[in-house]
Amino acid sequence: MKKTVVNEATMAFLSRSSNESFARSAAACFAAQMDPTLNELEDIKTAVSEAVTNAIIYAYPNSIGTVYLKMRIYQGNLLEVTVRDRGAGIADVERARQPMFTTGGEERSGMGFTIMESFMERVTVRSAPGRGTTVVMRKCLSARPKAGAGI
Amino acid sequence: MEIQEKVGERALVLAFSGEMDHHGARDTLRRIELAIDAAMPRTLTLDFSGVTFMDSSGIALILRSQQRMRFLDGTILLCNVPRQARRVLEAAGITRLITLQD
Repeated sequence: MKKTVVNEATMAFLSRSSNESFARSAAACFAAQMDPTLNELEDIKTAVSEAVTNAIIYAYPNSIGTVYLKMRIYQGNLLEVTVRDRGAGIADVERARQPMFTTGGEERSGMGFTIMESFMERVTVRSAPGRGTTVVMRKCLSARPKAGAGI
Repeated sequence: MEIQEKVGERALVLAFSGEMDHHGARDTLRRIELAIDAAMPRTLTLDFSGVTFMDSSGIALILRSQQRMRFLDGTILLCNVPRQARRVLEAAGITRLITLQD
C-alpha cells in the first residue's frame, strides 16, 4: 500500500560548506512538527549533515553546484529525507558505503555512510558517474500523539 | 569552531566550542597540529564540553590527533563529550579506540 504524504518541503542551495549547517538545521526544523524526541532530532541533523557534506565535497569537487534537499512526512510518523545532486556521481556505491573508505583528504574519516545508516532506519543510494547521486533516508519516529496534532 | 589552549607540564588541553563539521574542519585540523607541535605534550586532552554538534568530520580530527600523538609516544583522551557527539563516536566504533573521560 502506498503511504500518504502528509507534508513536504523542498530546498535547493549551492554546494558551499557554509550550507551544511543551514541544511541540517532546516531538516530539524521541518521534522519538529512530528514532535520528535531530542535523540531523534539529533539523529536527523547528523544524518542530513553527512549526506549534504558528501554532496558538497564529492559531487562538485572543483566547482559549485546545486544540492537539493527534500523532506517528506508520510502517514504513520515516517520521515523521508532525500539529498540529491547532479554532480560527479559514485562509480562503486557499495565500496563507498564501506566504513573507513574515503577518497577525501586527511580531514575526512570515511564514516559518513556508516553514520547515516546507524542514525536512520533505511538508507538507499542511487548514483551514476557523471549524472549525480541521490541518497534517500527514512526514519520512523516514535509516535507521541498530542491532543490536536494533525499527524 | 573556537579552540582554547591550555599548556601544562607535558600536557596539552584543547577545548573546543561550536559546531564541528566539514566547514572549517581543515582549519581546525591545522590549528590542532600546530598546537601539538608547539607543546610536544605527553598527554593531549580534547575537551568537547562546548561542542554543540559533531558529525564524522569530528572523527577525522580525533583520529588525526591520535596519529600525531603516536609519533610523540603520547596518549590522547577525550573529555566532557556531549550526548550527540558521543553517539556519533559510538556509531563509528571510536569509543573502542580512544579513552573517553567524564
